Amino acid sequence: MSAGAAVAAPPDAESCSQVPVLRERGQREVFCGLTSIVWLHRKIQDAFFLVVGSRTCAHLLQSAAGVMIFAEPRFATAIIDERDLAGLADANAELDRVVGRLLARRPEIKLLFLVGSCPSEVIKLDLKRAATRLSQSFGPNVRVLNYSGSGIETTFTQGEDACLASLVPSLPPEPADAGRSLLVVGALAEIVEDQLGRLLGQLGIGPVRFLPPRSAASLPQAGPRTSYLLAQPFLGDTARALDERGAQRLDAPFPLGVEGTTRWLQAAATAWGISTARFDAVTAPAAERAQRAMARYRALLAGKRIFFFPDSQLEIPLARFLAREIGLVPVEVGTPYLHRQHLAAELAMLPAGTTISEGQHVERQLDRCRAARPDIVVCGLGLANPLEAEGITTKWSIELLFTPIQGYEQAADLAELFARPLDRRMRLVA
Amino acid sequence: MQLTLWTYEGPPHVGAMRVAAAMQGIHYVLHAPQGDTYADLLFTMIERRDRRPPVTYTTFQARDLGGDTAELFKTAAREAYERFRPQAMLVGASCTAELIQDDPGGLARALQLPIPVVPLELPAYQRKENWGASETFYQLVRALAGPAVPPSGTQRPARAAGVRPRCNILGPTALGFRHRDDLAEIAALLGRLGIDVNVVAPMGAAPADIARLGEADFNVVLYPEVASAAAQWLHRSFGQPATRIVPIGVGATRRFVQEVAALAQVDPAPALDDPGSRATWYARSVDSTYLTGKRVFVFGDATHAVAAARVAKDELGFTVVGLGTYSRELARDVRAAAQAIGVEPLITDDYLEVEAAVAALQPDLVLGTQMERHIAKRLGIPCAVISAPVHVQDFPARYSPQMGFEGANVLFDTWVHPLMMGLEEHLIGMFREDFEFREDAAPSHLGSHAAPTAAPSPAPAPPAAAESGGPIVAAWEAAAEKELGKIPFFVRGKARRNTERFAAERGVPLITVETLYDAKAHFGR
Repeated sequence: MSAGAAVAAPPDAESCSQVPVLRERGQREVFCGLTSIVWLHRKIQDAFFLVVGSRTCAHLLQSAAGVMIFAEPRFATAIIDERDLAGLADANAELDRVVGRLLARRPEIKLLFLVGSCPSEVIKLDLKRAATRLSQSFGPNVRVLNYSGSGIETTFTQGEDACLASLVPSLPPEPADAGRSLLVVGALAEIVEDQLGRLLGQLGIGPVRFLPPRSAASLPQAGPRTSYLLAQPFLGDTARALDERGAQRLDAPFPLGVEGTTRWLQAAATAWGISTARFDAVTAPAAERAQRAMARYRALLAGKRIFFFPDSQLEIPLARFLAREIGLVPVEVGTPYLHRQHLAAELAMLPAGTTISEGQHVERQLDRCRAARPDIVVCGLGLANPLEAEGITTKWSIELLFTPIQGYEQAADLAELFARPLDRRMRLVA
Repeated sequence: MQLTLWTYEGPPHVGAMRVAAAMQGIHYVLHAPQGDTYADLLFTMIERRDRRPPVTYTTFQARDLGGDTAELFKTAAREAYERFRPQAMLVGASCTAELIQDDPGGLARALQLPIPVVPLELPAYQRKENWGASETFYQLVRALAGPAVPPSGTQRPARAAGVRPRCNILGPTALGFRHRDDLAEIAALLGRLGIDVNVVAPMGAAPADIARLGEADFNVVLYPEVASAAAQWLHRSFGQPATRIVPIGVGATRRFVQEVAALAQVDPAPALDDPGSRATWYARSVDSTYLTGKRVFVFGDATHAVAAARVAKDELGFTVVGLGTYSRELARDVRAAAQAIGVEPLITDDYLEVEAAVAALQPDLVLGTQMERHIAKRLGIPCAVISAPVHVQDFPARYSPQMGFEGANVLFDTWVHPLMMGLEEHLIGMFREDFEFREDAAPSHLGSHAAPTAAPSPAPAPPAAAESGGPIVAAWEAAAEKELGKIPFFVRGKARRNTERFAAERGVPLITVETLYDAKAHFGR
């Protein structure tokens, strides 16, 4: 491995990779996988997400979206009612009717996801068969796929994983004469995609494609000459599906902070045999600029203690970035699910002594949090104001998914997200 | 199955949470899968409550379904009791748990907790949030006040001489539309009549307070959606009469004062007016002339919609062109009110239907919920919010009731401010071609950012008539189209619609300038 500008030392025995994980079971204060629709429906512009579920699902989506989005959303819920449950109505015929109404109203839709929910899973409504049937009725204009975002199976960002995994079998195969290509996997803000694409281009790595694509018409190809880099830490099923297509995962930490971004790019550069000199020439100026931008936040945040409640599976990469580049001290890092293989590089970089917890018993975790008196707590919207009222500074975790945070140019923005609540607390005198 | 973009009401267990979160000393154990905890953020974020709602979720997962979800429930209930030490517990299931039929009530009974445990049966596939709140409140009142019910046939003793009358105030919950301020306003009004408040419930009440509801002389029902069922039971059980008038608007406030004074046998005079009441005079002020006949569309929960239609018509001189509700339980009241003002009632919880109705009617003002605010914004129509479902903006920091005399002042301000001011409207009409009167010019008092730009995509669904092969729309001659462009944008939609209807009814194939003015003469302003 050629050494990049800010590449860290290899994992050592003092790191977190061997540390036992506190496994918790109890009330989970997390969203279900349906919630990822809130960003996915904006990402793929001609896709529509139809949740087949209950009023609770519909209510969750509009509450998690937080606001009535100005433009009409590209998601909706087909609400199951008692007639469907009692067998008075044929649920499949009902679903066909609802989809027909929807597609008549939104003729620009090219890709329709039927999204399973807790109730649809419990009553064993076969959405896979429904998707095949509807694809036949509405194809080739509209492709219909299905996945489950139910809370009994998925936590928050796992919904994106399930969605992308359902897309993988539809990806076109590589042409016979295809050269190698790079696939970047995981929804990113468009500006981040463009920046990372530019850097990879300057390094001479390509062609670079992205999953999810911005439109259903531009599905990236996948096959044995595809290497892929995960841009998000929660994509276990998608990775498995890509592996089945013969694609190869390039192991890397996630592109958060200067170090994460450098090592993420490095993984591709190594695979493409790019020289150290060229790698440094392309990345060093961006890395240096990001270091300069982060400095002011480091001054504010260094030495402060941070506690993560589980939410998005971004917690471990975030803690790694904040600990190593900003000087925060992670007290407990909670994650809803720990994918040890995909996070191996991240775990190796966490400071020794960091408590990692997987799953949740929210009451016990709140007890630990209150006892630890951290300077800042990263948590969901249900916990933030109650903790603030107890005098504990919080950062909403959901903002970390709605803000461009990956890559060099966003490293300082990411640090700023954690500095802002503390800055605010210092400004308010009354 | 129903296709739903936005929903007016959450599931019924959210209604139960609104009751539980409003009260003291109560805990709700909800059998629910991972993800249902989203409901906490309604309270902590929208209402900015400083504590979590008193709810424990069992959080079962797929792998538990083959195993013992019942045991999971019992553990959660036992731990919740030990940790929170509530004085009473509610137990129930969310939509998914309803399907697995674990019987939370029976499981909780088996735990033999030393407190009252009230099981809730809230059918999630039939019922919705307000029904859930009403049923929860009713079951709590029955369970906790039940032991104090006198034997049937017992006469309610007359109030002793010299004892002040006492009432309960029923209905305010967490996440209610201005419940906090309505309660303050009405409690003050009752105070001026010399009436004491025995218990306010659910808001602020502990289980012990619910147990003594029967001690009051009568009940004030502020929100029938939540409190009617409980009030009827209290009437049957304790002989307590209940108020029927909801004091929204000056007229209804006065009638409410009369009603309460009669129930309490006191003189209504001290509360029939208020030196701070300005709404009536403001509506008579000459600058309000321009409000005359403004066409308003009203939609909300039944109580607020009926009240808003009445205030709009009788106290502001608007013309109500549409009235509807998503509250099927109280649809009868809305039908009656709609019939009285001669409009077709719209009873639906389908947002798309409401949108189509607003698009077809092209009102000057929409009085609705946050959903209608969204619709109105897209269609470029001014809007004021009158009812739940709520948004963080519906919990203002300032005192802002809807009920009582101050509530009527608030209604005047919030409904009138979104409208174009009188003289400005004239100037825009007269000097259409002034280069600063752009299409998207907003009333100057709303600031430039408030320009009612209609969302570019997608186009709103065409009204149902156009879809179902209704009359063919006549073509516009270029000169007529140009003339139409000189009509101010905020009435242009109506002018276009009226002209096209006029042409269609007379079989006019091409609309000319003459057709435009013929239609104007026919329909009037």
